[in-house]
Amino acid sequence: MMNVSVAASILPSGLPLPVSFGMIPLFAANPFTEPVGVIHYLIVGAVLFTAGIACMTLKRNALGILMGIELVLNGANINFVAFSSSYLRAEGAPTLGLDGQVVALFVILLAAAEAAVALAITLNFYNNHATVDVDRADDLKG
Amino acid sequence: MDLESLLPTLLGLAWLLPLVSFTVILFAGPRLGNHGKGAAGVATAAIVGAFVLSLFAFISWVAQHPVRAVAHDDHGGAHAAADPTHGSGDHAATPHGTAAGHEPGHDTGHGEAGHAGSPVHYSGDWYTLYEGGRLKLSIGWYIDALTVLMFVMITFIATCIHVYASGYMHDELHDFTDHEVHLADGSHLHRPGRFHRFFQALSLFCFSMLGIVIAGNLAMVFIFWELVGICSWFLIGFYYERKSASNAANKAFIVNRIGDFGMLIGLMALWGALGTLHFADSTGPDGHARPGLFSLVRPPVAGHAQWVPDGMVKFAAAEKVGAVLRSHADDPRAGVEQVEAKVEDWRDEGYGRWLLLVAGLGIFCGCIGKSAQFPLFVWLPDAMEGPTPVSALVHSATMVAAGVYLVGRFYPVLTPDALLVIAYVGAITLFIAATIALVANDIKRVLAYSTVSQLGYMMLALGVGGWLAGLFHLVTHAFFKSLLFLCSGSVIHACHTNDMRKMGGLAKVMPWTSGTMLVGCLAIIGAGVPFLDIGLSGYYSKDSILAQALLFARENPAHSILFYAVAGGAMLTAFYMFRLWFMTFAGRPRDHHVHEHAHESPPVMVYPLVALSILAVVAGWTLPGGFGIANMIEQARPSGTGGTELGGLLFSAFSVPAEHASHAHDIHVTASLTAFATAATGVLLAALMYVWGVIPPAMVAAAFKPLYTFLANRWYFDEIYRFLFVLPVLGISRLVSGTDKGVIDRFIEGLAWGAKQVAGFDAWLDRTLIDGLVNGTASATYSAGLELKKLQTGQLRQYVMFIALGTVAIFVLAGLLFRSSFAG
Repeated sequence: MMNVSVAASILPSGLPLPVSFGMIPLFAANPFTEPVGVIHYLIVGAVLFTAGIACMTLKRNALGILMGIELVLNGANINFVAFSSSYLRAEGAPTLGLDGQVVALFVILLAAAEAAVALAITLNFYNNHATVDVDRADDLKG
Repeated sequence: MDLESLLPTLLGLAWLLPLVSFTVILFAGPRLGNHGKGAAGVATAAIVGAFVLSLFAFISWVAQHPVRAVAHDDHGGAHAAADPTHGSGDHAATPHGTAAGHEPGHDTGHGEAGHAGSPVHYSGDWYTLYEGGRLKLSIGWYIDALTVLMFVMITFIATCIHVYASGYMHDELHDFTDHEVHLADGSHLHRPGRFHRFFQALSLFCFSMLGIVIAGNLAMVFIFWELVGICSWFLIGFYYERKSASNAANKAFIVNRIGDFGMLIGLMALWGALGTLHFADSTGPDGHARPGLFSLVRPPVAGHAQWVPDGMVKFAAAEKVGAVLRSHADDPRAGVEQVEAKVEDWRDEGYGRWLLLVAGLGIFCGCIGKSAQFPLFVWLPDAMEGPTPVSALVHSATMVAAGVYLVGRFYPVLTPDALLVIAYVGAITLFIAATIALVANDIKRVLAYSTVSQLGYMMLALGVGGWLAGLFHLVTHAFFKSLLFLCSGSVIHACHTNDMRKMGGLAKVMPWTSGTMLVGCLAIIGAGVPFLDIGLSGYYSKDSILAQALLFARENPAHSILFYAVAGGAMLTAFYMFRLWFMTFAGRPRDHHVHEHAHESPPVMVYPLVALSILAVVAGWTLPGGFGIANMIEQARPSGTGGTELGGLLFSAFSVPAEHASHAHDIHVTASLTAFATAATGVLLAALMYVWGVIPPAMVAAAFKPLYTFLANRWYFDEIYRFLFVLPVLGISRLVSGTDKGVIDRFIEGLAWGAKQVAGFDAWLDRTLIDGLVNGTASATYSAGLELKKLQTGQLRQYVMFIALGTVAIFVLAGLLFRSSFAG
């Protein structure tokens, strides 16, 4: 029930903009003057996410790309944690509760597994090509 | 075991043994013994077994039905004079009048009237091929004294010839070089030996011939008739690589087919009108008696006199029968009764007489072919291309005798007019063949023409009413003619040539052959002492033929030429037989090369000669008790054929005299003296020309040059037939084949061309339209794939870029699409 209402509040279909995200309307006020709330966490997550994407697209080093991936995932994690925190919003406002934290833990776990696999791939690639430049990794070109 | 079940068993086994031998050789042929030498053993064992069984049957027969002298010596003339129209039969001829010979089913046809008049016979069926409606085709037996005698005769001669052939054919045991076949490269044909194949065909032949003799119905006769024909074809064409041999085989086969066509007509006439082909009476599956041919044509109620059977009367008077039945359409039963009542009237009006004549002459047509009678005798001399044992067995003693045998067996059904036709055919045949034999130089051809001539004698004898005389001559002739042929084979074996002009003086080097051949020659000319009535076998049989012909000529002066033919033929026979003997054995050698290499044949070939020569001497004798071949044949005389018969359908009225009458003293003496005088003249003439040289043969030939040329060319029969039949047939066949090639083949080819065109259009359609569609789809997909794969650059960073940009684009797109909501 709670999740549904949060989802309904996030998605742009239900409420008219500018929407209030919980008690705080989005962009309704200057974030720099407002007390720290969900919106600030979201801004940090978005920055991390964008930085990760930039890192993935711009780095040619495979390890750099892996780091970019970690940034993207952690950007997402911040969002989950922010949405699940009850401290960041008014009393009685809907939160994800512990679900957000659990999903974040899953993401960390997933990232670790993914990093292990990706590092193995990278290592093999290095063994075969003596480089970790992803631009040289176009063997599967159509 | 009584005779009734014993005889079919014995003779049936004797009949089947050669078939077993044939089968064994067929499947195991070359593997039998050394190069197939065992085949001779198998075949000989089979035929010896058959001979022993036949001999056993013969002894049982004689024990049961003692052969006694015919009582005609006492009252012969009176007997013949007694009521000829009644044809009351010869009581004395059937010493056995009790019921032993009549099983219940067979007794139905024999009323009190003719009980004593029917010969003792046993008949029945082993196996029914088909039975439905009136048609019954079966494998059965008809055994009487004649059958038993023929079995013994055939198996004995066949045994001699098997033994002889196992020596004569030894060349075939190994690879054989045929010096008469020239290959394209000039060499001679070299081929594997065919020893076993020879004995295989010989066995099949014996089986077929015995099948004809034992046959219980005409359908079975016809089956084995054809089998004999095909065996003859195998054996004449034994050296089939020789053009002459394969031609001779084909000629024999085709000429026989012409005769068989007539035989088929006869069979159809009989079956169509009478509905049965069985000789003897039998009992149908419903228990009703089914009268056989003999009792239909000579019914016991008429005292075995010949009449036109009801079936034939109704068949011929079909229109009147139809009229009667139509007039009784409301009551069919009364109509049928009315028809039955009128049959007698129609018979008296002469309905069906022609049908009976046609049936008889049709069957005789088959005999003309098989027994080499004029005008179909041309195949027999050519048949000498076969190995000599074949000539001896097939083309002198047995197969050609089948025709005479069938006429004898079928005798009761033959009308007097048919008999007169037979007599004339026989007379013409015997005269033509005898004249050709006068000038022939090939030893086997002389014998072949002599065979044709002797067969003419037999036919003539049967035709003038000498049933016994004809069949008696058939048996005696079989012995001495097979002897003569085997002797000639022995000579050929020694000289390696058939040409008598290269022989001469062989008597010293081949004493056994020359001696036995002299016996054969004496037998064939009928040598004997007239007043003592002692002679070789031919003496008795030829005398009875002469006597019967003389009697016939006296009764019917218009036909006295038949007697002159017989008497003249006897002289010609004596001349050409002794010409043959003198040229071969007497005088000085004409060709020293041949003479030096000549030698007496091995014992395996001489023994049969001796055995046959003994029989050639004694076969005609009648022992004091009355035992003899003639009296034994007389036991089988068909019912009602002992009397005088009146004819006059084809010819002006004439009568066929009863045979007993020919034994009257004056006729008998005249005949004997005529026979002796003519034969002596012939021998004397031959001696004058070929031994003493008083009349040089070359001078005679020059003096009668046109005649000599005419005879040497065999009356130009082959040329005439070639011109009359062969060439037209070839012309027609060319025309037909031209039509086939020019019209029918063209049409078919046109059809094929059309079909090909349609198919070509179809193929084009398939290739362009359907294949194009499929291929187009494939290539479109392929090129799309080629274009799309360019997107897969393999650049990881590019992919990430696309993903990011794509996500942004999706959001932007979604924002634009749901602008109203955002704008909200």
